[in-house]
Amino acid sequence: MTDDLRAPLAFTFMGILLALVGFTQSWSVSLSIINLCLISSIMAIGVNLQWGYGGLFNAGVMGFTALGGLTAVLVSYDPVYEAWDKAGIGILISAIILVVSITLILFAYRNIFSPQFRNTSIIIIIISAILGINSFYGPSIDIIESINPAKTGFLGGLGLPIIFSWVIAAFVAGIVAWVIGRLTLRLRSDYLAIATLGISEIVIAIVKHEDWLSRGVKNVSGLDRPVPYEIELQQSEWFINLVERINYGTLNSVQAVSSRQDLLNDLIIVSSGIFVKLCYAGLFLSVLLLIFYLSHLALNSPWGRMLRAIRDNEEAASAMGKNIFAQHLQIFIIGSAIIGIAGAMLTTLDGQFTPGSYRPLRFTFIIWLMVIVGGSGNNLGSIFGGFFVWFIWIEAEPLSIGFMNLLASGFEYDNPIRMHLLGSAAHLRLFIMGLLLLLALRFMPRGVIPERIQKK
Amino acid sequence: MDNIELMNALVLISNFVLIPALSYGSQLALATLSLTIIYGVLRFSNFAQADWMSFGTMTTILFTWYLQSLGITGDFLPTALIALPFAIILTALFCLLIDRSVYSFYRKKKSPPIVLMIVSVGVMFILQAIVRFVIGPNDRKFFDGEKFIIHALDFKDYFGLSEGLTIKSTQLITLIVAITAMVSLFYFLQRTKMGKSMRAYSNNEDLALLSGINPERVVLITWVIASALITTAGVLYGLDKSFKPFTYFNLLLPMFAAAIVGGIGSPIGAVIGGYVIAFSEITLTYAYKKFFVYLLPESLEPSGLMQVLSTDYKFAISFIILVIVLIVRPTGIVRGKII
Repeated sequence: MTDDLRAPLAFTFMGILLALVGFTQSWSVSLSIINLCLISSIMAIGVNLQWGYGGLFNAGVMGFTALGGLTAVLVSYDPVYEAWDKAGIGILISAIILVVSITLILFAYRNIFSPQFRNTSIIIIIISAILGINSFYGPSIDIIESINPAKTGFLGGLGLPIIFSWVIAAFVAGIVAWVIGRLTLRLRSDYLAIATLGISEIVIAIVKHEDWLSRGVKNVSGLDRPVPYEIELQQSEWFINLVERINYGTLNSVQAVSSRQDLLNDLIIVSSGIFVKLCYAGLFLSVLLLIFYLSHLALNSPWGRMLRAIRDNEEAASAMGKNIFAQHLQIFIIGSAIIGIAGAMLTTLDGQFTPGSYRPLRFTFIIWLMVIVGGSGNNLGSIFGGFFVWFIWIEAEPLSIGFMNLLASGFEYDNPIRMHLLGSAAHLRLFIMGLLLLLALRFMPRGVIPERIQKK
Repeated sequence: MDNIELMNALVLISNFVLIPALSYGSQLALATLSLTIIYGVLRFSNFAQADWMSFGTMTTILFTWYLQSLGITGDFLPTALIALPFAIILTALFCLLIDRSVYSFYRKKKSPPIVLMIVSVGVMFILQAIVRFVIGPNDRKFFDGEKFIIHALDFKDYFGLSEGLTIKSTQLITLIVAITAMVSLFYFLQRTKMGKSMRAYSNNEDLALLSGINPERVVLITWVIASALITTAGVLYGLDKSFKPFTYFNLLLPMFAAAIVGGIGSPIGAVIGGYVIAFSEITLTYAYKKFFVYLLPESLEPSGLMQVLSTDYKFAISFIILVIVLIVRPTGIVRGKII
């Protein structure tokens, strides 16, 4: 099979799988899978830019996703004015102390040349910063968290439309990536992996425990939506007319007026759900296409060729006068920003921010699997990987339950072995994922849609 | 300030900071040693390390249950210590199986370390699935035998202090087992022929091959030793606290941090790194209020908890130390390799 045929075949196959779900389960389920597939694909493109084009192992995808989610909350939620009035000053002062002391530390680190004097001054700055922040920060967060804790208990956000957060999330994730990149990209590749693993755990710890910022594990729900609500659709004239027109044939076949009205009502309820999901799918698809197009342009430019040259042979590229560190930093920031966008989109889709749900397996290693299975170094491959692996991840659960039922069918109903087998069916999903990764690495190391080697 | 107050403060610190940090540090040091040996000889960062630890602990728990069902217990010692050697053998066999079926392919192909690292992510998934499948994701305690060596109440009565010192038997066992394991490991690496050939292979693979060292044997011994270390570390941690796969998975970051802080690829560094991370985690998250209440006159008593960081940020500490070391001394405390 030539490489040119692989992409269309792969996507046709994926389309058939999703259509099968549509026919056998329901179109609503199929559309929910597609929406998450689209978001996963965007994340996979972000990771692919870093790994496939830059050769950087980012083990902190989860952290950037959570940062995106946090940004979505902070941009879209209405500000809690009472909290700002009573304790906003304290938080602001702590933030200022933090920024000033970091600047002072950097200044001391760069400009004081005597090592002893430098170290003592840095330690003094750190201790006074901790003392200063503690005296403002602690009391302020107590006040904030005591204001209507059942509903808010945090500072709230800016109250802007949630769509803006997608752009802002890119900047937030990018800035964090810049800090990590500055620290670790000069070192060997493993260090980046370990440092990103660490930073993602810290991000999760912060969103889980800093209740004044994110409500922590109490979750923020009822976020703003960029698409209409189902209940509004069901009551609006144009939507009812639209549903009537689409289902003209089915409705006409029913004679009795009352049963015709019942059928129409059912159809409206089902279609409103599907319509909302389609709206999301349209939004996500346009973001995906935009990112895909932009990265396609960038990677086929001289800049993209330089990146691949650095990935393939750092020494040679360095000898050609390319600044390897700067290029790595660039691609790391861009990739992380894309992951941040996807994170904000995910929170938008969920309509809530649940810090407890961020697990490294689900948000870091599954994304890696997508890139590797799809084909690292090819964005089309990453999109396919995003669809395929997410599909397997979702459908693995019913499949493993079915498999376990088959295994356990020989036992009595209340046999402990049978109960155990059925109870642990969910863990088979991890096994399938691991096996998929190992098989892909072993037998298809270039992925389903491999990188194109350009010859000129 | 009188002597009683000072004694109280010291006992308080040893009870809540020094002794827990010493035992956690020993467990971490053993786990990091295992990571370091894999890194040094097989040349990749093993992401499956933490789940490998769960696997080893799980096999120990299964053997413990089996022994208990036969009526064999360790009397005042935990039964798990009798089960440990069997579990090590089983874990090592399982590792060799994984090595034959997964890792050896990439080793022969001389794949770059980062590919092996990604492969280890796949192994991590599979180990996690097996552990959760066999024993479930829940918290399990498998400690039996005598729980305390020194009880807080007895200590208070005996010395007439208001602070009690508790030494759990698991803490003493941890220390004894860990020191024995470390000493025998260093003896093995420095003095025996096999240990020397392992170091030679780690140092320069081609030269080692030229001098007639059998690479497959080195790899085999490496897996066996690393399995023994990680299983021991996992069992000691589980006896001290409890066994839960997700908690074990979260030890991955402290392990990596310890390996880098100590100097990656250096066994001595791994031990030092383990203790550094453990001590910093515990000293920085301990609330010193009571300590200062004992030491300072009443007028100067602190009002806050006197805690540098909340315990929610334990991970952050390993990471912050990691970052500081990366900036100040990227080779680690003991100069490790920078490949």
